[in-house]
Amino acid sequence: MRRVRDWFANPWGQPRFLGAFTWLYMIWSIVPVIIAIVFSFNNGRSRSVWQGFSTRWWWGDPYNSVLHDPVLRGALEQSLRLAGFDMLIAVPIGVGLALGLTRWRGYGNRPVNYLMLFPLVTPEIVMAVSLLLVFDHLYHVPFGTEAQILGQVTFSISYVVIIIRGRLLSIGPEYEEAARDLGASQLGAFRLVLLPLLAPAIFASLIVVFALSIDDFVVTQYMSANQQTQTVPILIYQTVRGTATPALNAVASVMVFATLSTVALAYLVYRWAARSQPAGHSALGDIAGVT
Amino acid sequence: MTRRWFWPSFGLPGVVWLVLLFLVPTYAVLAVAFGTVDPIFQTPVPIWNPLHWEFGAMETVLRGLAPGHTFWIVFVRTLGYVTIALAGCLLIGYPVAYYLARHAGRMKGALLVLLIIPFWVSYLMRMLAWVGLLLPDGLVNRVLLDLGVISHPHLWLAGQASSVIFALIYGYVPYLILPLFAVLDRIDRSVLEAGRDLGGSPFRTFLHVTLPLSKNGILAASVLIALPMFGDYYTNDVISNSPRTSMIGNQINLFFQGGAEQAVGASLVIVLSLFLAVLMSYYLWITVRASAETKDSLL
Repeated sequence: MRRVRDWFANPWGQPRFLGAFTWLYMIWSIVPVIIAIVFSFNNGRSRSVWQGFSTRWWWGDPYNSVLHDPVLRGALEQSLRLAGFDMLIAVPIGVGLALGLTRWRGYGNRPVNYLMLFPLVTPEIVMAVSLLLVFDHLYHVPFGTEAQILGQVTFSISYVVIIIRGRLLSIGPEYEEAARDLGASQLGAFRLVLLPLLAPAIFASLIVVFALSIDDFVVTQYMSANQQTQTVPILIYQTVRGTATPALNAVASVMVFATLSTVALAYLVYRWAARSQPAGHSALGDIAGVT
Repeated sequence: MTRRWFWPSFGLPGVVWLVLLFLVPTYAVLAVAFGTVDPIFQTPVPIWNPLHWEFGAMETVLRGLAPGHTFWIVFVRTLGYVTIALAGCLLIGYPVAYYLARHAGRMKGALLVLLIIPFWVSYLMRMLAWVGLLLPDGLVNRVLLDLGVISHPHLWLAGQASSVIFALIYGYVPYLILPLFAVLDRIDRSVLEAGRDLGGSPFRTFLHVTLPLSKNGILAASVLIALPMFGDYYTNDVISNSPRTSMIGNQINLFFQGGAEQAVGASLVIVLSLFLAVLMSYYLWITVRASAETKDSLL
């Protein structure tokens, strides 16, 4: 109890209790994932009892390893495919919407702003059910890859808008105005001045959308048709309580490595690209997708 | 020359997309919930004209929501789980965010990276990790057996409310810490110094300066994680998979994944959305206000 009071007592001192608590939290939040990755190298069918090291679930086993099992490979490919399409579609649309919302001050601005924010606060199951019903009864979109892409783009757009708008606000209108004063057309000022200034934020949005898509479960599951359109999270959901082998851990680990290395690389590129940009948003904040 | 439609045309595709794939689908939920059922195929038939809506399915749901009935029990359970999980998240998250913002010093960067890593590990991968640990022969049971806390393996994954709440806390706490950290990090140190200079004890300074200044942040971050928790069904399915711990999300999911009565499911979605509307509007309100403030400060 004294320890607890001590960290209140001196807000500038070294509160050991709080520091230990924070480190314990970090260990608690990350070590289980590391253990799950370690178990993908288990030399046995168990995901909970260690039976020695092996790479059989990664590539050794001719039928059940990540490399050879068509179901596991299919899920990996579908996850990456959806992420690719989501990035390609959601980012341009989101950038456009952010530009429209910040640069245009008309009557429609406020309702569109709310329309853009709503997907961020709607629980995913509500969004998934509404997409399921509208595809089923009105648009007659068959469930599968197309429906999954439409669903993922719908919730990704808002994140892109938030990131790009933050950048737009910190850039301000001055650079463009200067370009216009120097004789550039509206389109020219946008293409030659604003777009290069936005490049780091666009890059950050691509990464955030990639991660959103890879991580998404609810909408992707509701829009999926069959085993062919299963993604890695769906595969985990379907098989984790059953007789899944450490190959499931392996396929999940592939996703972890893919995402973390993409983010790490992206962070370095981002810092390099943003080095001569007007200050404002922190790179870490942009990459984390938190505003 | 400046063309009036230059900027709006940039936003047009996004607006069209959100109208077609967010607004219209939301209306489709209403049309199905207040629709009828095909007499021969027993499939739901949406009614798009509000003047012809039928309220049979909604009556079923409202009857189920009477105290003691199915939906009531599930709803109260959901409320209980989310409240406890939220309290747990705050108890863990606030001290961590506070330490990161105020005391981390040289370790701040490293700790922030550790804090952000869970954001980039798929939610279901993090659940998979705990399933491995909580299996009857998993690490948790073995440690507890070795320590003599339990005498035989505990079945953590067989419909335990405590496991579900624990998993919810584990799953959602990172999403609480980061916004909390952002708020606490922004508090000006001179305000704290002023509190101390004016004779406040450190505890009172915390109580009367730091806490009120982070109040809005606490509320916003809590809403941010409470909303998805209310719609969560996968944590429950993965960790418990038992009707004993079924939450409102599981109930809704049941009506759509293989279930027949879409209209009842859709009505349940409407009831849930109305219940959450308060939380959603609060969050929208502070977001819009915050973005208005940034605009003011930058112009």
